[in-house]
Amino acid sequence: MIRYVARRLVYMLAALFIIVSVTFFISKALPGNPFSNPKLSPQIREQLFEKYGLDEPLYVQYAKYMANVAQGDLGNSYYFEGRSVSQLILQRLPVSAFIGIQAVIFGLVIGMVLGIVAALWHNTVWDTLAVVVAILGVSVPTFVLAPMLQYWLGLKLGWFPIAFFESWIYSVLPSLTLSVFVISTVARFMRTEMLEVMGQDYITLAKAKGISGLGVIVKHVLRNAMIPLVTVLAPLTIYIIVGSLVVEQIFAVPGIGEQFVQSVFVNDYAMILGTTIFFSVLFILALFIQDIMYGIIDPRIRVAGAKE
Amino acid sequence: METRYRELDPSLFESADIDAYEGERIAGPPVGFWRDAWIRLKKNRGALVSLAVLVLVFAVAFVIGPLISSHSPYAQDLSQRYLGPTSKFWFGTDKFGRDMWTRVWAGTRVSLYIGLLAALMDIFVGVVYGAVSGFLGGRVDDVLQRGIEILNGIPYLVVAILAMIVFDPGIITISIAIGLTGWTYMARIVRGRMLQLKDQEFTLASRSLGASGFRLVWKHLIPNSLGLIVINLMFTIPAAIFAEAFLSFIGLGIQVPEASLGSLISDGAAELRFHPYLLWLPSLVFCLLMICFNLFGDGLRDALDPKMRK
Repeated sequence: MIRYVARRLVYMLAALFIIVSVTFFISKALPGNPFSNPKLSPQIREQLFEKYGLDEPLYVQYAKYMANVAQGDLGNSYYFEGRSVSQLILQRLPVSAFIGIQAVIFGLVIGMVLGIVAALWHNTVWDTLAVVVAILGVSVPTFVLAPMLQYWLGLKLGWFPIAFFESWIYSVLPSLTLSVFVISTVARFMRTEMLEVMGQDYITLAKAKGISGLGVIVKHVLRNAMIPLVTVLAPLTIYIIVGSLVVEQIFAVPGIGEQFVQSVFVNDYAMILGTTIFFSVLFILALFIQDIMYGIIDPRIRVAGAKE
Repeated sequence: METRYRELDPSLFESADIDAYEGERIAGPPVGFWRDAWIRLKKNRGALVSLAVLVLVFAVAFVIGPLISSHSPYAQDLSQRYLGPTSKFWFGTDKFGRDMWTRVWAGTRVSLYIGLLAALMDIFVGVVYGAVSGFLGGRVDDVLQRGIEILNGIPYLVVAILAMIVFDPGIITISIAIGLTGWTYMARIVRGRMLQLKDQEFTLASRSLGASGFRLVWKHLIPNSLGLIVINLMFTIPAAIFAEAFLSFIGLGIQVPEASLGSLISDGAAELRFHPYLLWLPSLVFCLLMICFNLFGDGLRDALDPKMRK
């Protein structure tokens, strides 16, 4: 197990190293730098000069940049004068995290209920409903769903505010939009796993031993069917990140995604690259946690990896 | 229990004398793998309808759509702004008076082109990479697999955005971004299949008859993996179409005046309040495309690999 974790850790760091290196060389290849930007005052220009040593050879700059990133310093924003990228990201993080986590929790609960109901009442209306939701959920993208919800629940019915972020009620539509994909993924997964587990011999055995229907389902079927749900973790993380770009823009939520899209439009390279690194770290961490958890749950995966 | 058993009269039963050789008789002509799959696919109504709709969308986007409309997707006419769907402009006009019918189909062409490109990358990079890695094994496999693991750690979105910053946003840049990242899953699947197949008897037989490595892969291993490759292709395509639409939606993809379904949806969402048709029509076409690809992919998977059926 320790070998397995160590291997995963090395890959994680290698991927991070490559991402940061690539972003560094891209930022060097781009036209313009903090010095040529007329928006910056001379003091900040001087400050940047000292901080990054841009007059030094490229490899020294590269080493310094890597050291800075390792300490969480992603440079200064070109657009928001004199503010650091990390600071801007941290400031926006809570809103995005709240909407994302709320969507995941809601999606997990509804998705699991839907999946379980579909599996227990296999080949009934519930089952069909779950399958339809699963197909729609992966086929209708957030950027179609968000305006639709905005139009029907926001404008026509007037239940929820359609933009900005002032209190909890403002988070309903963004979270709902994001959760549809979560619901469909989890429901599809849960249904398949439940059906598979229910066909296993040990379930027949449990029933034969006289355990009540509910007991079998809660103690044996559910527990075993939920294990592979771990593999959804990394795809869900990436989905929530990608989704937040769309959803925050449409609902004018002041989160990281909205800020990122804006920085793309004003060509704030430092911000774009910094946020890119931040997103990559999130994704790679999720992937790492998923692999470790899967390794704990299913020993075959570690063994297969160690054999090489 | 006893009594009920005795009530049964033996004369009710008749012995079924089946010739032992009867079981060996072949009932029908042998059915090949692809024919068998087609028979299974034909039973799946959802998949067939999806296939038909996809063919129709292809036809309308490339041939019928532009042919039956005299409008250009780019010509602006400020006197004809925001016309709802009419007999002259079937899908209405946008804020510059451009015809939405031709714009929607121009956007669909972009989506289909991206899907096709992703499929080609999957075949020419993913399958080749996976085949080389799985067939050669050993040191080569190790190095190639480490490469994939690192590539997989980088989200496609990041690659796409970095590509957009370095090159000018546009269809070529999107193609590069999708081409760089999309094929890794296919490579993994094909590698796994190669590992499984290369130790089987038919491979050994061919090898002992003197077949070269290339011939082994090309004549035996790839054809035996074809079902899996086709299934995987059908899931790569909608994923790539989605990626392009997403990038265009946030403004990193296709640039004006070109149209993509993603950018049309983005423009439509901005005018949702007063001109909702600008959002509904491209959204409808896009969702239709995605649903059909997903349903057809599901159907194809069930048909080609019944064991994987879920």
